[in-house]
Amino acid sequence: MKKIRGRLFLVLFLSVVSFYLFLPSWPGLYDRIPESVRWLIPPRGVSLGLDLQGGIHLVLEVEEERAVEIAVDRAAKAMQDLLTDKEIAFDIIERVGSLQVQIELSKEGVVEESAELIRDEFPSYFQVSKGGRIFVVELLDSEVNRIKNAAINQALETIRNRIDQFGVTEPLLQRQGRTELVIQLPGVKDPERAKSLIQDTALLEFKMLDEDNQPGLGLPVQVKRSEESSIQEKFADQVPEGSEILFEPIPDPKGGPPVFSRPYLVQKNAVLTGDVLQDARVNYTEFSEVYVGVTFDSKGAKEFGRITSANVGKFMAIVLDGTVYSAPRINEPILGGRAQITGNFTTDEANDLAIVLRAGALPAPMKTIQDLTVGPSLGQDSIEKGLKTTLIAGLIVLIFMVIYYRMSGVIADMALVLNLLCLLGALSGLNATLTLPGIAGIILTIGMGVDSNILIFERIREELRQGRPVRLAVDAGYDKAFLTIVDSHVTTLITGLALFLFGTGPIKGFAVTLCLGIGINLFTALIGTKVVFDLINRRKLEQLSI
Amino acid sequence: MLEIIGKTNIDFMGKRHVAFGVSGLLVLLGLIALVQIGTGAANLGIDFAGGTAVQLKFENAIGIEQARQALSKHGLQDAELQEFTQDHKLLVRVKTEDTLEQKIAEKIVEVFQTEFSQNKFVIDSSTEIGPTIGHRLQQDALLAITISLIGIILYVATRFELRFGVAAAVATFHDVLAVLGLYYLLDKEITLLVVTALLTLAGYSLTDSVVVFDRIRENLRARRRETILNIINAGINQVLTRTLITTLTVVLVLVPLTIFGGEVLHDFSLALLLGVLIGTYSSVFVASPLLLIWPGGKGRLLSRST
Repeated sequence: MKKIRGRLFLVLFLSVVSFYLFLPSWPGLYDRIPESVRWLIPPRGVSLGLDLQGGIHLVLEVEEERAVEIAVDRAAKAMQDLLTDKEIAFDIIERVGSLQVQIELSKEGVVEESAELIRDEFPSYFQVSKGGRIFVVELLDSEVNRIKNAAINQALETIRNRIDQFGVTEPLLQRQGRTELVIQLPGVKDPERAKSLIQDTALLEFKMLDEDNQPGLGLPVQVKRSEESSIQEKFADQVPEGSEILFEPIPDPKGGPPVFSRPYLVQKNAVLTGDVLQDARVNYTEFSEVYVGVTFDSKGAKEFGRITSANVGKFMAIVLDGTVYSAPRINEPILGGRAQITGNFTTDEANDLAIVLRAGALPAPMKTIQDLTVGPSLGQDSIEKGLKTTLIAGLIVLIFMVIYYRMSGVIADMALVLNLLCLLGALSGLNATLTLPGIAGIILTIGMGVDSNILIFERIREELRQGRPVRLAVDAGYDKAFLTIVDSHVTTLITGLALFLFGTGPIKGFAVTLCLGIGINLFTALIGTKVVFDLINRRKLEQLSI
Repeated sequence: MLEIIGKTNIDFMGKRHVAFGVSGLLVLLGLIALVQIGTGAANLGIDFAGGTAVQLKFENAIGIEQARQALSKHGLQDAELQEFTQDHKLLVRVKTEDTLEQKIAEKIVEVFQTEFSQNKFVIDSSTEIGPTIGHRLQQDALLAITISLIGIILYVATRFELRFGVAAAVATFHDVLAVLGLYYLLDKEITLLVVTALLTLAGYSLTDSVVVFDRIRENLRARRRETILNIINAGINQVLTRTLITTLTVVLVLVPLTIFGGEVLHDFSLALLLGVLIGTYSSVFVASPLLLIWPGGKGRLLSRST
C-alpha cells in the first residue's frame, strides 16, 4: 500500500508527456491546427522509413577514370619523393594523359639508375619509352581495373559511412551496373544538404603558401567568386611551375553566401592529406565561433610536427576540395597532432564537414545521373493491408484478454495501450525513423508486455487457488513474477543493445524500438498495472475478477 | 475463473529423447540451409543477391496492386515494386534467376505489354543491380549476433548457472536454425524481412526459455529433496498455462497477418508464426532437457543454502 498516489501520478504524468510528444506524429494534425497555437507542439515527430514512405532516389556515377588519374598523380608524387631521397636531381615528374608518368631528370647519365629504382619500387608501372634525360612509365592494365573496382567499392563504403553518421536511418544503397550507385534516403527534409554530404569528395589537403612568388605576381586582394576561374586563366602564364592559385571565400558581413574571395598562391604538392586523419569533431572557440577540430593518427601527427617545425613563421593553407578554408601562420611547431579548421561555418555546415572528414575522402568525384522522389519500397498496397490486419489482430488479442481474465484483462489492456502510447511518444520525441523492422521490434515488445501480464495473472491465480486473500495474492503474484519478468526482459535487452551497438541499417532500427520497448514494458508491467490493483484493493475485496 | 487447462502433471522430460531426435533433425536442416546460404546456393532475396532493376514510364497512372498481381500471374511474385511520385513511373526490382534463357528484364516488359495493353509505356532504364546488404553489413550483423549470444550466456550464467545460459542460447539458436531450415525446405526467399523475423523470434524464444528456467530455479530452492528431473517437470507444468496463453495471443495476431497481410508481409509473418510455435516447443523440450545432460555435478544452484 505504499503511496498509491505518487505512482498513480507518475503513470498519468508519463502518459500525458508521451501523448504530447506523439502529437507531431499524428498524421495530418500539424497542418490542421491553427498557426497561432502550432508552437505548442514539438515540430518533429516520427518519420517513416524508405520502406513505408519512400524518399529521395539518387543515382550517382563514380568517375572511375578520375580515380585512376588521382592514383597516377599520387604515384608521381611518390616517385618525386623517391628520387629526392636518393639524391637524384630531376626537373619535373608529372602525369601525362591518364595513365603515364613522365620523368624528366636534370642531367643525363642517371636514367638507367632511376629507371631501375622506379621499376623496383613501383611494380605496377611498366616503362614505355626512355631516352636522354626523359623516360615515361605507364600503369599496367590489370592495375587500372583494380583501381577502378577499388574506387567503386570505396565510394560505396564511404557514402555508407557518411549516411550512417548523418543520422538517416535505413537508407538504401546499392551498386547498379558497374559504376553506378543507387541511393535512397527516406524522409530527408533538405535534399540539397544531403546531396552535398554524399557527393563532396572531401579531400583535405594542407598546402604551403608560395610566399616567394606571391608578391611578384600582383594578385588582387579580393575577387568576385564568379570571376575565380577567369583570374586563374589570366595568371596562368605567370604562375610558377608547381604552384597554383586557390581561393578562400570571404564571409558576407550580412550572413548571406560569400560574394568575394581571397586568392592565394599555394604550392601544388600537398604536404599532408586527410588520409592521416583519425577523428574530426565540431567545437567552439572561446568566442563561440564554430570550428572543426581534427586529430591526426600517429603517423600524421609525427609528419605534421615535422612540417610545422620546419616551416615556423610561414603560412599554411587548409584546403578542402580545392577551396581554401583558412591559411594561418605557423607560429610554433604543432606537435600534439591536432589542427583546427576555421572558416565561418554554421553549425550544420561544421557538422557535415566533420562527418565527411571522419568518413574519409571519396576516391573520385561522383556524377549525378538521376535525382527523383520515390514511393515506399514495400508498396503502398502491402502497407495498407498489413496495417489493417495488424489493427484487427491487435483488437482480437485485447478482446481475448478481457474474456480470459475479465476485469484484470481490462487492466492488462489498459497497460497495453499505455505501453504503445509511451513507446510511440518516445520514438516521436527522439525523431526516430520508423521502418518495418522497427515495427517488428514494437510487435515483439507488445507481445512481451502481454506476456508479462499473463505471467503475473497466472501467479495471482495460483496464490488465490491456495486460498490467499485477494490483496495478499496480488502482492505475492507480483513479487514472484517480478524476477522472471526482469530476467526475461534483461536478456532480451542484451540482445537489443548488442544489435544497436554493432548492427547497422535495418538491424539498428529493430534494436532501437526493441530497447525502448523493453524499458517501457518493465515500467508498465511492474508499476502501471500494480497501481490499479492497489487502487482496487483499497476496498478489501472478497473476490478478484481474474 | 476461465481456464484453458487445469493443473497438469505431464512428464515432459520423459519425452526428451524423442524431442532431441526431432530437434536434431531441425537443426541439421538449418545447418544445411546455412551452408547453402553461405555458398549462395539458397534462395536469397534481392537484398542479398542483387538482381535486375527495370524502370518503366507509363502513359497513365498504374495501380501498384494491379501491377503486383500481373507480375505474380507470370511467376514474378517476388518482384519489389516502387512508385515514383512523378510521371507514372514504376521501378521493378527482381532478383536474378539462374535460368538465363529468358532475360528477366524482357520478361517484365512482356508482362506489362500483355497485361496492360491499353496503357503504353517506355523503358526508362534496365540495369543489373548489386545487393543492398553489402558484405560489411552482413559482417556487422554476425558480429552483433555473436556478441549478444555471449552477453546472454554471461547474464543468465550469473543469474542462474552456466548451464542455464548455454541451454537458453542453444535453444534460441535451435529456433532460428529450425525456421531457416524450414524456409529452405519450402524454398522460400530469404529476404531482409525474413532476417528481421528471425531476430524477433530469437527475442521471443529467449524470453520463453528464461520464464521456464526461472520457475525451475525457484523449485530448485524450494524442493531440495526431489530429483532434478521431477523439479524440471514440475516447473514446466506450473508455467504451462502461461506458455500456452502467451503463444495463443501471439498466434492470434500472426495467423491473420499471414493469411491477409498481403504478399510482401506473408513471408515475414509466416517465419514469425513458425518461430513462435517452435520457440514454445523448444523452451519445454530443448532448453529444459539440456539442463539434464550437462556434464558434471549438481551445480551451484543445488548446493546453495538459500
